Formats: sequence, structure tokens, C-alpha cells
Amino acid sequence: MNILESISTALRKGDDEEVAALTQQAVDEGTAPQEILDDGLIHGMNVIGEQFSRHEIFLPDVLLAAKAMYAGMDILKPQLIKDKIPSRGRIVIGTVRGDLHDIGKNLVGIMLKGAGFEVIDLGKDVPAEVFIDRAVSEGASIIGMSALLTTTAPVMQDVTSLLKEKNLDEEIKTIIGGAPVTEKFAQEIGADAYAFDAAKAVECVKNMVQKG
Amino acid sequence: MRPKLRFLEDDLIEKIVAEAIQILCTLGVEIQNEAVLSILSDHGAKVDTGGNKAVLTAGIIQQAVKAAPDSFKLFSVGGVKTHDFKDHNVYFTPGSAALHILDYPSKRIRKPTTEDYIHYAQLVNQLERIASQSTALIPADVHEQISDSYRLFLSLLYGDKPVVTGTFTMESFQVMKDMQLAIRGSEQALKEKPLCIFSCCPTSPLKWSDVTSQNVVDCARFSIPIEFISMPLSGFIAPVTLTGTLIQHTAETLSGVVISQLVNPGTPVLYGGSPAIFDVRYETTPMGAIETMMIDCSYNEIGKHLGIPTQAYISLSDAKQLDAQAGLESGIGAALAALSGVNNVSGPGMLDFESCHSLEKLVIDNEICGKVARLLEGIEPKEDFPALPLFQEMLEEQHLLISKHTRRYLREEHFFPGPVIDRANRPRWEEEGGLTLEERGHAEVERHLREYELPERPVELKRELIRLMESEARRYGQEQLPKRLG
Repeated sequence: MNILESISTALRKGDDEEVAALTQQAVDEGTAPQEILDDGLIHGMNVIGEQFSRHEIFLPDVLLAAKAMYAGMDILKPQLIKDKIPSRGRIVIGTVRGDLHDIGKNLVGIMLKGAGFEVIDLGKDVPAEVFIDRAVSEGASIIGMSALLTTTAPVMQDVTSLLKEKNLDEEIKTIIGGAPVTEKFAQEIGADAYAFDAAKAVECVKNMVQKG
Repeated sequence: MRPKLRFLEDDLIEKIVAEAIQILCTLGVEIQNEAVLSILSDHGAKVDTGGNKAVLTAGIIQQAVKAAPDSFKLFSVGGVKTHDFKDHNVYFTPGSAALHILDYPSKRIRKPTTEDYIHYAQLVNQLERIASQSTALIPADVHEQISDSYRLFLSLLYGDKPVVTGTFTMESFQVMKDMQLAIRGSEQALKEKPLCIFSCCPTSPLKWSDVTSQNVVDCARFSIPIEFISMPLSGFIAPVTLTGTLIQHTAETLSGVVISQLVNPGTPVLYGGSPAIFDVRYETTPMGAIETMMIDCSYNEIGKHLGIPTQAYISLSDAKQLDAQAGLESGIGAALAALSGVNNVSGPGMLDFESCHSLEKLVIDNEICGKVARLLEGIEPKEDFPALPLFQEMLEEQHLLISKHTRRYLREEHFFPGPVIDRANRPRWEEEGGLTLEERGHAEVERHLREYELPERPVELKRELIRLMESEARRYGQEQLPKRLG
């Protein structure tokens, strides 16, 4: 097994210490950071994602793998910056204003980070303007919004409308989720995507990034 | 603590048993088999051969109960221990002897064929929670005189789990016994490692037919385990009260225990049954009625009180299709039976008053069995005291999804059912095809059949089983058995 396969395997086992050590070893041996990222860490997370979608493994296994991914990324990040390798994508997430429910949003954040995205978590009770301002200042291409209450779901529309108003809707895409929202609602408010759970959110974000 | 359910106080059990003994010692039991009457007579029963009646004595009954083992084991075709019928151990067996199969594509019932039976045997082999086979279907493509032995033949050929079976005629016993001997090698080896249980059914009220009483004798002679299937019908051929029905069930079952233990003391038996209330509106015998289940669980308590392991036809349904009724009756029955500690729970897969089997229902019921197995494990503290550190961790981390405590106990504490049980949120369920329970059940049947592998058997054994069956078929003029898969 070569070192990249070993990284992928250790990641799938959720062994963060092993992933960190192997990533360091790969860097020291001169393996290209992009290769370590794509063929080691992301490869492992892709396998995990597929196994999870087939119900072969459970959420804790995914989260442990994600934790191992962070451990590898901590080692790899300075190298990626040095080589000017862009991240897989940057996304701003938060629970909309008036809503204090953040369990689902947190889960989405963990899963997205685990998939190799840079996640800026704005927390809960986030006003529409803050979503947009932070997305612009952080250079994020996606805003992810969550709501659990039927009363707060309409706040999502404030964000999509404001993006349009500011002519940012081409540059910054939106994805929404949470119990009261649906695919239909997403279309009605002009959101670009809707995800019914965290795994789906990762899948949608991957597609959105690929489409550019 | 393992949760347990009781319906009867000890003193009520004793009163029921006392009344049953009094009935057997006063009114007696009708037995249409002279050899059996003669055995009873030899042991002190008052026998009226003209009326085929044996009036028992309290002494014979008490001696028989004492002689019946308080536990026994079953072993697979391959010789591995699969069952230990004792205490509150619970094992699930498919319901048996259905005349029909529910055809998945047409949703209609039809007569089962050899191919259906083989699929059934293959499926049972794959289902984790179903501990034994039963001869669940009666294939209609063979001579009716071999339709009992042919089921066992197919089960032994395609499955590895022990088999709950029975004969329809006296003549079939021989070949069914010989098949077991072919597998085990000798009578002694079969006695040491029982492979099959034979259901033997008295006829209510208080009767044994020539065939069924002879079956008891034949099984006892070879120490083949017997399950007694008394079938009183409350309000029709049994008192309408549940207690009255229990008295009758006790009398009928004890009469079977007496016959078996007089022939061969120590013959393993299950204190079983298939009683039901009688629905006076529809003239039917609802197995899914709550009162039927209460009778089952209660006679199980009587069996335990007498020190005999138990069986019941419960965890099945009277529904005609895989609808909510099928699920609720099977689920309630399985849970009640397991909580009561019925040792051999017969029923999964069965619909329509024990007359129709469904492979799709069997895989769904397999999940019911899984849930019930979890239920029986009860609630046991596992590193839950002191609670403070774990709660501190949760508040710090905001969740416990990857906590060591979660990872250590997740799979022990939570039962994860297979894909038959829908736990997806609606959009995911829709994305995955929006399948109904029946469709998911069918997909699982197909998956299991794809993944099935024929159990390894010595070629000579396979050849001997085929030789026995072919020769039995020829006795009734059937020169060839239907074509079999793989």
C-alpha cells in the first residue's frame, strides 16, 4: 500500500493521529500537496460518503473520518497555501435570524469540512445582511442557510432577494435546509439548492462548486 | 433487567391445572387409536375401547409431567447447536403448513410449487432472526401423500436450520425419520442432536385422532421432539371465557404429554398450541385477536409452571395482504410472546388464519423479531454513573456523536433494522424511490435469494436424501419429482 492509500485507509478508520502522522510523512517525502489532498484525504472521504449513502456505515463513522480529515488538513494547509492551491470551495453557513436551532446546521458544517470545504460558521440568529457581508469579505461562493421554524424560514428569502438586489446572485449561490423548507420553497424564494439532510448538503455543494 | 409479562397468578395456574386434571380423570380423553389406548390401559388408565375413551389418573399425569424434560436443544443440519429451549429463551420460527402463497406480482393467493418452497427455504437460511425452518408451505405439484415428507426433504436439502414439521399421514413418519437418520447417522446421534420438531395436534374438544396420536408414539420412540398443538376455540368448541379455554388447553396438552412420556419417558416436548377465540360474526378463528394472544401467553405460563418448555402460534396475522393489520397483529403478538418467554414462537410470514405464507412478510417479520430481541435485552446501565462527565463532554462538544461512550455502546443500545424498515426523512425516501413496505420487502427477498449459497453437504448424503424421497414418491405412483433449482 502506498502512502496515499494508507492515508485514505487511516481516514476511513477515523484514526486522526495516524492520518496526521502519515500526512506529515508524505509531505516530508516530497509528495505533492495536491496529490496528498486529492488521492489521500479526499479519496478517503469520498469512500466514506458512498458507504454512508448506502447505509453501510453510520453518522459517527463519517464524523470521525471528518475529524481525521481535519487532522490531515492541519498539516497540509500551510503547504497548500505555499503552493497557492485553492481550497475545494469556501462556504458561509448559519441559522437564520430569529432561529436558535443549530444542531442540523452544525452537522452540515462538520460534514462539509470533512469533505474538504472551508466553512465559515456564522452561528445562529444570523441576519440576512450578515450572511452577505461575510460571504463577500471571506470570498465565499456559497451561502448555506438553515431554519427549523416555519416563522423563520421566510428570512431565507431576505437573503436571496438581497443578493439579487446587490447583483451578487451569480457570484454567490445559496443552499437551504431545515424541517420546514422544501425543494418547492427553495424554488419559490430563488435559492439555488435545497438539501434534506447533511449528506445531501455535501452532495449539492460539490455539484454547485463543479458547475462554478 | 429483562422485561417479563405475566397474565396469571400462581394460584390461578394451580386451579386451572387442577380442573384440567379432574376433567381428564373424570370425563377422560377420546383416542381413536387402539395401540395408544392399550399403552394407557397398561399404565392404569380406565379404557373403554368401544367408545375409544381413556380416563386418566392423577398419578399418570403427574408422573408424565415429571418425566418431561424441562429443557432440550436443537441442532442444525450441519450439527451446530441453534436452540436451547429453556427458561425464557425465545426463538422465532415461520408459521407452518400454509395451503397458499401470496404471489407478489399478482397480489393474489395461489397454490405453492416446488420452486416456491425452495425460495422459502433459501430465504429462511438467510434471515438472521429466524432461528429455524418450518415446513411452511404445502407444495401442490407433488402427490398429496408425499406433500408432508417432500417439504422436509426440500428443507433439509436447501436449508441448514433445524425444522419444525409434522406428518399428514401415519405412513409418512418412516421416511421423515429416515431422512433425519441419514443426516445424523444413527438413532443415538439423532437423539443426542435433535434436528426436527414434529407438531402433533389433538382435536378439540379432548380428542386424539388415529394419525396424530400415532405420530406422538412414533416420535417418542425415536426421542424426536414433539410440540403439542391444542386448538380450543373459545365460545365454540371451548368455553367462551379465556380461563375456561385455558382449562381445556391444559387438559388436551397434558393428555399428549402423558402419551409421549408413557411411550418413552424423557421425550423432549414443547407445551404448545394454536388456540383462538371464535369470531361469531364471521365464523373464523382470528390468530391476530388480542384474546388469542392472551390465551397463548397464559398457557405458556402454565407450561413453565409445569416445568416444560413452550411454543405458540403467535406473531402472525389474519390480514389478506401486507397491510397495517398484518404488521400490527404480527408485531403485537411477537412482543407479547417474547415478553412472556414463549420458547418457540411460530408465526412469521403467515397471513389469513395460518393459511397463506408470504416471503415478503417473512422478511418484514424478521425485522419485528429483531426489534423484539432488542426489547428483551431491556435497559441495563452502561457507564452511565456518574453521569456528570458525559454531560460535561456534551456541553463542551455540543454533541456526543463521536464520543467514546457513543462509539462503545451505539450498536449495543440501538437496534438497526434493515432496509425494510423506513427511517428516512420524506425527501430522502422519495429520492430512494418512494417504495412501499411491500416493495421494500420484495427487494429484500430478491437480495437474499441472490446472496444465498447452498449449504455444503457430502455428496453421498444429498444422494441418500434424494433416493429416500424418490422411493417414497414411487410408492404413490409418482415416478419423478419436480425439477429443482441448483
